[in-house]
Amino acid sequence: MSDETNENSAPERVIGTPTTAPVGKVLVADDEAGPVKAGFELDERKAKKAERIVASLFLLAFAASVGFMVYFIGFSGRDGGMHGIHRAQESNLWLGGLMTLAFLSLAAGVTVWFRRLMTSVPIEQERHDLATDEAARASFARDFQQGAIDSGFVKRPLLRRTLLLAAAPLGLAPLFLLRDLGPLPEKRLRSTWWGEAVEKAKKEGKKGVRIVVDGTNVPLKASDFNSPGGMITVLPEGIHENGEETLTLIAKASTILINVEPDLIKPVKGRENWTVNGIVAYSKICTHVGCPAALYEQTTHRILCPCHQSTFDATDGAKVVFGPAARALPQLPLAVDDEGYLIATDDYPEPVGPSFWERG
Amino acid sequence: MTRFTAWRRRSWAGYAVVLAALVAIGAIYAGVSPATDQAQATGTQAQAADLAKGKSLFNQNCASCHGLNAEGTKDSYDNTIAPSLIGVGAASVHFQITTGRMPAMTNAAQVPSKKVVAPFDDEANVTAVAEYIQSLGGGPGVPIVPQGGDAALGGKLFRTNCAQCHNFTGQGGALTEGKYAPDLLETTPVQIYEAMLTGPQAMPVFNDTTLTPEDKAAIIAFIETTREEPNPGGAGLGRMGPVSEGLVGWVVGIGLLVFASIWITAKKPKKLKKS
Repeated sequence: MSDETNENSAPERVIGTPTTAPVGKVLVADDEAGPVKAGFELDERKAKKAERIVASLFLLAFAASVGFMVYFIGFSGRDGGMHGIHRAQESNLWLGGLMTLAFLSLAAGVTVWFRRLMTSVPIEQERHDLATDEAARASFARDFQQGAIDSGFVKRPLLRRTLLLAAAPLGLAPLFLLRDLGPLPEKRLRSTWWGEAVEKAKKEGKKGVRIVVDGTNVPLKASDFNSPGGMITVLPEGIHENGEETLTLIAKASTILINVEPDLIKPVKGRENWTVNGIVAYSKICTHVGCPAALYEQTTHRILCPCHQSTFDATDGAKVVFGPAARALPQLPLAVDDEGYLIATDDYPEPVGPSFWERG
Repeated sequence: MTRFTAWRRRSWAGYAVVLAALVAIGAIYAGVSPATDQAQATGTQAQAADLAKGKSLFNQNCASCHGLNAEGTKDSYDNTIAPSLIGVGAASVHFQITTGRMPAMTNAAQVPSKKVVAPFDDEANVTAVAEYIQSLGGGPGVPIVPQGGDAALGGKLFRTNCAQCHNFTGQGGALTEGKYAPDLLETTPVQIYEAMLTGPQAMPVFNDTTLTPEDKAAIIAFIETTREEPNPGGAGLGRMGPVSEGLVGWVVGIGLLVFASIWITAKKPKKLKKS
């Protein structure tokens, strides 16, 4: 410290004002004798008060942590275990609350500590240049050069080239792992299980596959589904007999059956006989991004999708009347079999759900 | 300077005044709003429900919109003001009146559910009007809900046929042009059954041959089970899942973190021993 030797040359500096030390040098007040004592600048009475606040916050954190353990072992476990749904709220409240209190008071204590009690004297830390000096760099370059010569890497091109050849495929290998992102969907997005079921039924000499209520799996007669304004989610009969594929198939085959007053239905060209006495069937999967579009308003005959408000007109071939969907919901051709049950006579005429790359 | 002036000049005084004004407006509105009008029933004692009484009640409370013969009314552009009630059945009348939707106050996008007012706070009067409408053109009667519905089957049926509008826990949701699917938090089993049976307003119809009375009882059992479930997290936040939880997480959670970091990194107060 310079002030030991030329004590008189340094003017007495008021703390808080800039030092006379040149920029880039240690900012710690050089007019202070010896190393700075922590918290020297604090008012001792106020510091004591802050110390008590911090200590009580730490004690609170301790109590809360102990309380957490006591509750966990002592109270939470009574009445045969803590994980019953009916005690979950109480258990969450106490365990979560005590843990929050413990962490919160610990954090608050630390914050008060460093804001009120730690020294606020600026301290400067010396940094070196990041770059290595010229001599060391030159020495490294020399060593590297020597190594290249000693190893024969330059002299023996056969070794050099085969080594590069060996390394190249290892760099490319990760690209091939992309294949495991899954098999391509191929033609699976183009048809639903309705088509398969209809084909099977036709082989058995029937006109089509019966329509069952999703959930109860009861086949529906046209005379059962006879209330104008009716709506129900349906599936092809037998779709549940497909083992682990079932849910995937249901996801595509899900269909809504709607009963509209027959004279309101606007005939779509080529689909004149696809409805049965006002009963129409449309895919439940929105053509926008595939949400279940099934909010049916019987007063306006609109089918609404809950995700982005695409709206389809059930009386007009599920044409889009509002929203971001680009295409009408695909329509399922309906008929009635000899016993009066509703049947589907073919698959959807186009892929259900949102657009996909190869859809065309 | 008076004490009030001093108070008034504090930084938070403006917020306090705005808050107090909002509370006052809310209280006054709640007090005078017609929906909470507590008109007393006068001279409507429980009597045997007969058609003459039903007709008389209908003429007093319903005929101004639905017509003297319940044939419905239309405006000059041939748009329906109130639908015909011939053939809607007692179930529809019972649902509309006991949920407070009818008699309607205004002709808005959708008639809201409200507190039932006189004379229909007396069940006998509701039955009388329902019987009268039933006598005009038949239709579904007030159902008896089968006991012991299978809540698991009900859950399946609810998720495929009800959840799209009413939300998976029956919280309701929006439809088009100001219409909405109401929440199912306060409805009775009979009202839920009647709603499925009659399809009130924009709701589709689920008749008894499509969803049998047992299926409907199953759906009702699911709704009741869901309603009774506790909220393990404390606040249910509308029980709407990640949307409301995310909103609270982002706004409240991150907001608190921001304030905490402001506090932690705020400039330290200089407490100096010597000046």
